[in-house]
Amino acid sequence: MTLTTTGDPHQAGREEPDLPPGPRRSSVFRALLSRDLVVLERDLKEFLPNTLIQPVMLVFVFTYVFPGIGQGVGGAANEARFSTLLLGGLVAQSIIFQGLFRVALPLARDFDMTGELEDRVLAPTGVSTIAFEKVLAGAIQSLFAALVVFPVAAFLPATPIYLSANWPVLATIVPLACYTSAALGLTVGTRMEPRLVPLLSGFVALPLGFLGAIFYTWDSLAPIPWLQYAVLVNPLVYMSEGLRAGLSTGVVHMSLVVVYAALAGFAALFTVLGVSGFKKRVLS
Amino acid sequence: MSQQFDAPMSPLRAGDDEVIHTAGLTKTYRSGTGERARDLTAVDHLDLSVGKGEIFGLLGPNGAGKTTTVGMLTTRVVPTSGRVTVNGIDIVENPAAAKRFIGVVHQGNTLDRSLTVWENLYFHGRYFGMSAREARQQADDLLGRFRLGQRAHTEVRTLSGGMARRLMVARAVMHRPSVLFLDEPTASLDPQSRLALWEIVVQLHDEGQTILLTTHYMEEAEEFCDRVAIMDHGRVLALDTPAGLKRAAAGERMTPADAKAWLSRRGAMERNERGIPAHGNGDGTVADPAGVESALLEMLSTAEREGVSFDDVKVPVTLETVFINLTGRELRE
Repeated sequence: MTLTTTGDPHQAGREEPDLPPGPRRSSVFRALLSRDLVVLERDLKEFLPNTLIQPVMLVFVFTYVFPGIGQGVGGAANEARFSTLLLGGLVAQSIIFQGLFRVALPLARDFDMTGELEDRVLAPTGVSTIAFEKVLAGAIQSLFAALVVFPVAAFLPATPIYLSANWPVLATIVPLACYTSAALGLTVGTRMEPRLVPLLSGFVALPLGFLGAIFYTWDSLAPIPWLQYAVLVNPLVYMSEGLRAGLSTGVVHMSLVVVYAALAGFAALFTVLGVSGFKKRVLS
Repeated sequence: MSQQFDAPMSPLRAGDDEVIHTAGLTKTYRSGTGERARDLTAVDHLDLSVGKGEIFGLLGPNGAGKTTTVGMLTTRVVPTSGRVTVNGIDIVENPAAAKRFIGVVHQGNTLDRSLTVWENLYFHGRYFGMSAREARQQADDLLGRFRLGQRAHTEVRTLSGGMARRLMVARAVMHRPSVLFLDEPTASLDPQSRLALWEIVVQLHDEGQTILLTTHYMEEAEEFCDRVAIMDHGRVLALDTPAGLKRAAAGERMTPADAKAWLSRRGAMERNERGIPAHGNGDGTVADPAGVESALLEMLSTAEREGVSFDDVKVPVTLETVFINLTGRELRE
């Protein structure tokens, strides 16, 4: 599959020099993206509750109900510390789940039955561009989810939170995490059996979430060494740790070098797997 | 019907103004793995040429290779070997450029259900590089022309089957493709919707739109196609104008015994015949189309019992006759 820009005179004009130049790849890409954003805007009334319910419930139960009934996680003295570490974890979790689901579910539905993607697959650009657009659109939705969840996780807890933004870290970790999540969505949506994808929340999301260092730091897993190393295959671990580094003080986090390297590695891996999976699905 | 083809032209190849050209186009699928791996040749060295402004029909039983052929012509199936060009652009080498010149209407409803009727057209235009203004204008025009204007801002899931198919055709011609592919365009439509759809297709054809369609409806192919290729087992068995194909088949005169055997084989097929010029007894036109073949069979049997002899018999020919003769009666399911 060639990725050459459609208007490239060397390719398109070689045999038929009189043909008008086609649209640029970037303009096709923008058109595809604007379609996805229009649909997102239309879906907001579903998107918002869908994004918010879980973080609101977690914040409510962990930082209001538990302390209220004397069952505070980590003991009463640690309530504020817990709310603080939960902040990064919840934002990270929203990023990964929105990226994963908003890309994988529509793709699976499409490959399984609707064939709606057909028209976009026939847009005058390389199939990889179309796959890549799906990732970017998913990443934007992830970012949006992060922005929506942040105030909930930061201001709803009944306990104080030690918030201090490290902007350079936030400005890099958040987009990287969003991109990685959407690329994971493309991988799952194209490589998983379409009829199994709706079961994603059980198969993938639950283990990903519970073992994603949302409710605890990676460092605190030290007493269970095998688990501490096993969870390293979970990209959410690096997102939670990275976001904690970007949002809070006084919470121990994994070395940022490791966080960046791992996320970049996952991003590259999922992009390759996702784009090639997409090609496999739409070309035979 | 095709003013573009007034000039004499070989029925086997399109003229110089060729839009689709394939040479030795082959697709082999591998099924199974290891020792049980088996190659299945879906399309076998296909040489096809479709000229500008033509309605070209691809007929064949299920599994004949029509869908794979259309898949290769529309960049979705990568050929195993051979060459395929649309507008002179090699589809395998440069699919992105070739896609600008093709419009595709699939058999199933592939409309974007997250968008309204109007938006389906608008965004399609945008994908193909139209400015927002041009896409808006063209979407409005097409909806009016295709009698969908009233539904412009409704969800596509509320459309009837016929409306959805018309919208898909509108979407496929939105970017003014050089060739429009219609895969079973009238399948599962009621007669009214079918007529409305053909009205549009004929209109597009009159404007010079090149169209390649696949269909199971022989009478439609016969009526609307300039040329027809009958495919089976990945090969083209016959390629000509519908009239040419029928002429070739009608040219074969049969002995009464052959005719009887042939008629018996055809049995009680669902058909739509028009009349039978049966030569030999000098009086062979049967008015009732539905019972034509059984009547002829009956007539031949009676005549034989009565000791009447025939020199030869000529059977009625429709495109369906040609099709069944070429591809056999075996069910392909």
